[in-house]
Amino acid sequence: MSEDAQGPITMIRTPVDLEYNISAGPDLTLFLRGLKEEKKLYGRRSPNGDVYIPPRGACPVTGQPMLEEVEVSDHGTVTTFCLINIPIEGQELKPPYVFAAIILDGASLPLFHMIAGIAADEARMGMRVKANWKPDDELVLSLESINYFEPSGEPDADYDSYKEHL
Amino acid sequence: MAELCAVIGVGQTKHAAIRGDVSIPGLLREAAFRALEDAGITFADIDAVILGTAPDQFEGIMMPELFLADALGAVGKPILRVHTAGSVGGSTANVAASYIESGLYDRVLTLAFEKQSESNAMWALSPKYPFQPPITSGAGGYFAPLIRAYMRASGAPDHIGCKVAYKDRVHALKNPYAHLHIEDISIEKVKASPMLWEPVRYLESCPSSDGCAALVLAREEVADRHSGPKAWVWATEMRSEPMQFAGRNQVLPQAGSDCAKSLYKKAGITNPQAEIDVAEIYVPFSWFEPMWLENLHLCEPGEGWKLTDNDETTFGGRLPVNPSGGVLSTNPIGASGMIRYAEGALQVRGMAGDRQVDGAKVALGHAYGGGSQFFSMWIVGSDKPS
Amino acid sequence: MRDIAVIASAQIPSERRSDLSEIEMVQKVVTGAIEKSGIDRRAFDFWCSGSADMLCGRPFSFVSALDAIGAWPPIRESHVEMDGAWALYEAWLKLQSDPGLHCAIVYCFGQSSLGPVPDILATQLDPYYETPLWPDSISVAAIQARALLDGGRYTERDFAEVAVENRRRGKSNPNAQLTGDFSIEEAMSGPYISSPLRKHYCPPLSDGACAIVIASREKVDELGFAAPAWIRGFDHRVEAQSLGVRDLTSSASTQLAGRRAGARGDSLDVAELHAPFAHQELILREALELGGSVSVNPSGGALAANPIMVAGLLRICEAAGAIHRGEAKRALGHATSGPALQQNLVCVMEAN
Repeated sequence: MSEDAQGPITMIRTPVDLEYNISAGPDLTLFLRGLKEEKKLYGRRSPNGDVYIPPRGACPVTGQPMLEEVEVSDHGTVTTFCLINIPIEGQELKPPYVFAAIILDGASLPLFHMIAGIAADEARMGMRVKANWKPDDELVLSLESINYFEPSGEPDADYDSYKEHL
Repeated sequence: MAELCAVIGVGQTKHAAIRGDVSIPGLLREAAFRALEDAGITFADIDAVILGTAPDQFEGIMMPELFLADALGAVGKPILRVHTAGSVGGSTANVAASYIESGLYDRVLTLAFEKQSESNAMWALSPKYPFQPPITSGAGGYFAPLIRAYMRASGAPDHIGCKVAYKDRVHALKNPYAHLHIEDISIEKVKASPMLWEPVRYLESCPSSDGCAALVLAREEVADRHSGPKAWVWATEMRSEPMQFAGRNQVLPQAGSDCAKSLYKKAGITNPQAEIDVAEIYVPFSWFEPMWLENLHLCEPGEGWKLTDNDETTFGGRLPVNPSGGVLSTNPIGASGMIRYAEGALQVRGMAGDRQVDGAKVALGHAYGGGSQFFSMWIVGSDKPS
Repeated sequence: MRDIAVIASAQIPSERRSDLSEIEMVQKVVTGAIEKSGIDRRAFDFWCSGSADMLCGRPFSFVSALDAIGAWPPIRESHVEMDGAWALYEAWLKLQSDPGLHCAIVYCFGQSSLGPVPDILATQLDPYYETPLWPDSISVAAIQARALLDGGRYTERDFAEVAVENRRRGKSNPNAQLTGDFSIEEAMSGPYISSPLRKHYCPPLSDGACAIVIASREKVDELGFAAPAWIRGFDHRVEAQSLGVRDLTSSASTQLAGRRAGARGDSLDVAELHAPFAHQELILREALELGGSVSVNPSGGALAANPIMVAGLLRICEAAGAIHRGEAKRALGHATSGPALQQNLVCVMEAN
């Protein structure tokens, strides 16, 4: 077969299909069980007193093991956000949607999730939000147990109250 | 340093969305041969090869340096593979420099590449884990909120991002290797482009590119015998910090600030704003130019955007930034950091062609990666460090 | 060349499936090595790690591992997508390159329990010609074993002896995973995994992690460390990958790295060889010209515990440990990477 006749081959498809298990470890197990079995958000206190959610296998600042479990609220404050307008492979929501950093009441650093229940252009820093959970029989071992966060109706938080969390 | 290190050869590919005319080895050899030719040597003169690329999931090849060993002339030599997320192109060159600085190697070839057309980076960067929300946002979705936080804290006017994008896209027209050449670029065109991850517009974002950069580094005695212009490595530095912890400043991370301070100190630079002539900085989204200028102590805190606004970061300004067109114009992810380093070396060697900054003697190369948590930098100069 | 010594190491026992996440494994070995070294966590001049994203199926797996080490205030840190032995090489070179740096810590982690390892390793091969055929890593090793048998210098009984010996020695290693008293006959009648490789000639699948601390002479003196393992030679070399272009029955890269590192096979007390498959130990012994008096793999080697990305650095930890305990004056640690011993590293250490 002459190359000239058909042109050079510039791309071949060679699919890679590998299946992995996740090794959750004790800390992630605590977090995932809370989501599925109790509709609660569990974090852990670090040796210097901060509450991490999801809990980490070790304190990122000191490298020491984490301490006791702490339940944090499913209400929080949007610290910052962006509006996603771009279609991306694997996406489950239809753009546009809001991707936000939310500092849950009782946590020391933000959790990332999406915001719904408002027009996309109404999203703002300082907005108070609460979790919208899946029905009890649809809860899973994943953050997907929370559909999204939505406005809680509380007044916006002052910039000074969350600016350390940006 | 036990030994001084100099860049004696620089090569890069013509970067493009799809380099369908070459395989992965072909892409790397294009850059390698250009660097070797620039240095006036061949593979046979190379003592070790240091390769960098982003996660193996991108191309779906585990530790690709293994199958690339013969294509890179590395058989019978050491080959090392660096992976430090987006900063990898920079840290790979830093590691290569340490091979030379150890005094154990005369000449080292270092390369960094990505062939995004043979991979799916968006997919590789957004896998589904139970501890993350069911959101696939891409890299822009991670960085856009940080940009919003910077805008709020600095009070920078909204048009700064568009201005950076326009400037770098104009710069790219002077760089024959750049991926994007948008001949009819204008501020209005940037402003009118779609919002992808508000506040980040399409033309304020980096493209996906196929590309490779290569450098030949040599020990002082070897470099002194080399006839062409050299870029002397005055200092290299790296810093890392965790992605998330309570109270972390993700917008202007301490790792970046510490890294720059230590770098300047090692390089004998006391006033970086006055002593650095040109900077190639890793700016994948336009707003990162003012953010990194502040983080790198190249302006006063809160004033990065003013340098951009006053045209100080283009040709003729106080500190031309990314005369190559930067990451906004060319983004083979794993290679992007090394392209910054390579462009800085070309500037101080006086070999940057139409994008040459007049009289550039000292250049900064910068790369970052992960959640703005890994930093690699170097300073190169036309003269040996004093 | 500057005097640099291995002064401490830590590992966790290798297991078929660890209950720990990677972060938790790294936290244990890093904290363990730091405590043994007596150096303050904040005083390390350089950190370097080794791991592979394809092994765990997650890009940037080393990023979350950073949570485990207390990287605050920010640290000078790097990572290789290689076995931890190469991370150690980078750290050693970093100390060679800058007399202002005095100590470094290196760690690595790998969990073979997460994904289909023999298939994952097929993605190391040429992506255009070989990976699409999915030759698994055991079959690739079997091609090498077959070449060795067909060469006529070894028989299957030699493979069995290596396997039985390593598993017997591993009994005294509390971190080993697959150990015991097996008979040659038992090994030679086991099931084939990929002919001519029977089950006994193959390594176990392991989860594991280890960490190691190196320090300059100034630092060793300051700490008053009694039994440092001084690194006297350190080299690594690679060969072409394709199985058709190299002699699979010898290891040119090991031979070259060994010579450049000054291994002198007859002068060693201990040699820890990273030979995941029994026949590979035979090739490595020849390449390093090991004399009969050398104690090979007192730890049980990779046949007793084979956490991928870790098993190479483990060899150096074990060889250094023999010097720390006064059991060896001169010891060698070897690491391999890639299909059929493609890339090899040799680290030679001596007592005071």
